[in-house]
Amino acid sequence: MLDVDISLRRGSFQLQTAFAAPVGITAVFGPSGSGKTTLIDAIAGLIRPDAGRIDLRDTRLFDSAKTINISTQNRQIGYVFQDSRLFPHMSVRKNLLYSTKFGRVPSLDFDHIVDLLGLAAFLDRRPKGLSGGEKQRVAIGRALLSAPKLLLLDEPLSALDRNRRDSILPYIEKMRDDLNLPILYVSHDVSEITRLADMLVLINDGVCLAQGRTEDLMSDPALLPYFGLHQGGSVLIAKIVRHHIDGLTELATDAGSLFVPRIDAVIGTFQRLQIKASDIILSNKPMLGTSALNNLQGVIEDIHMGDGPGVAVAVRCNDIRLIARLTKRSLSSLGFSVGSQCYATFKSTAITATGRAGRR
Amino acid sequence: MNSPLPPEALQALMLSLRVAFWSTLVSLPIGIFVAYALARWSFWGKGLINGIVHLPLVLPPVVTGYFLLIVFGPTGFVGSALEQIGIVFAFHWTGAVLAATIMAFPLMVRSIRLSIEAVDQNLEQAAATLGASKIGAFTTITLPLITPGLLAGTVLTFAKAMGEFGATITFVASIPGQTQTVPSAIYAFLQVPGSEPIVYWLVGISATIALVAVILSEGIARYLAKRISG
Repeated sequence: MLDVDISLRRGSFQLQTAFAAPVGITAVFGPSGSGKTTLIDAIAGLIRPDAGRIDLRDTRLFDSAKTINISTQNRQIGYVFQDSRLFPHMSVRKNLLYSTKFGRVPSLDFDHIVDLLGLAAFLDRRPKGLSGGEKQRVAIGRALLSAPKLLLLDEPLSALDRNRRDSILPYIEKMRDDLNLPILYVSHDVSEITRLADMLVLINDGVCLAQGRTEDLMSDPALLPYFGLHQGGSVLIAKIVRHHIDGLTELATDAGSLFVPRIDAVIGTFQRLQIKASDIILSNKPMLGTSALNNLQGVIEDIHMGDGPGVAVAVRCNDIRLIARLTKRSLSSLGFSVGSQCYATFKSTAITATGRAGRR
Repeated sequence: MNSPLPPEALQALMLSLRVAFWSTLVSLPIGIFVAYALARWSFWGKGLINGIVHLPLVLPPVVTGYFLLIVFGPTGFVGSALEQIGIVFAFHWTGAVLAATIMAFPLMVRSIRLSIEAVDQNLEQAAATLGASKIGAFTTITLPLITPGLLAGTVLTFAKAMGEFGATITFVASIPGQTQTVPSAIYAFLQVPGSEPIVYWLVGISATIALVAVILSEGIARYLAKRISG
């Protein structure tokens, strides 16, 4: 468990942030220049906050009131930088074991990490010949083998192309699910956080706007603009119950079944899904005779008026909360207000299976 | 060996080698420290330190020698203090080492500094997150990565120390067997009619040592650079 409450000033930029991160992935999300890297640099001890405190497990790493400031080398925080920062004169193996020179005793088995991250093929090579994705995997392994109490990932995929990104994401999922470690994952990419993050910390202009479970924040109408009108949409976790012979996969939620194009996953496992807000149609009567396969009944819980013609509406369907974007005109013509009964309709292709779900 | 070299010339050669060896050895650790400080730290008076280090490069060597005489000579304030504890520079081979070291030092610092600046500073930050102390990060990351620069600096310093003349002869004169290095010997023999053959030998030897050193260091530097980054 990481607990942060710090403020610092850099020129005209002011960072003032308080949040907590449990075991699992907590995404620090915000636009470029919002202070995400500054924040994790401060947590790692690479820069000194002006005031506040940082606690990791039972250790106080920084406290301006008590003039505690544990140095980076003694914080036991693994840091995966955007640009890998592998040591060019050492083999991959020596990079991985670097921290053991300084008395760190990895709590994780070397072979386990090599296996988890798929590094066996290039252990004896120098970093120079590796692809960007391979370098980042080595950097993650090197951080994990330094006996970290916390792992910081600073946009680890931003320098990679789409394919490499997709090839490294499963490793990060495995790390999230297999290791009992708090992980701070800095990102400005909505698709990454919907896939990976258990928790979200939303940063804007150096200030923490909101924090909480990914599912809750992603379905908060007031926050939709921060995730982007086209990328925002509720995230939910559902259990795979059946693969139908016509190619559809059926998932169970408390609000009813969902049908999506075939997902390659074992029956009984949990999947993370995202339904984009702009892909949901709301109606005040059940919609019959449409081609859309998914229909859920719910109650309008929250409405957030946008600056333009749009409005974001949160719909509670048992334990699921969907978020839909419609026009103000539709809202008034359907007579929707908080508490109204409504029906949410969306096509099976509107559901993106973003990845396997970790802890629930 | 049927050497045409008279004992004085041989003595001068051995002395030059000894002077160059010691001044290289002394200036290497100090050079690394100063180069690191100039490359990586910001501190008050950095410009002044940089200026002083590089001064011997632009000052007439005779002037540098004269300064050394004032400061480290028998009546100089440092020299007289050191004499109390038995360390003598003036008119002694150690004085030649001091003169050569100060004259060659800017070359050492320059080449090390350039190679330190070429090393990504962020690597040391990464090392710190992995538990490395400042010194630990330096010895395991920066130092191995600057070996080509260290080598270049070492060779340059050695060659410069072998050939130093102006400051040396001003500070410690040219006493055969004591302070007469190869350049001083060449100068001295040039004054004596009929000793051209000896001059040719000394000139030839100096040129050969310098050439071999430069070629060798180029080759080794290239080899190391390749090895370091794979």
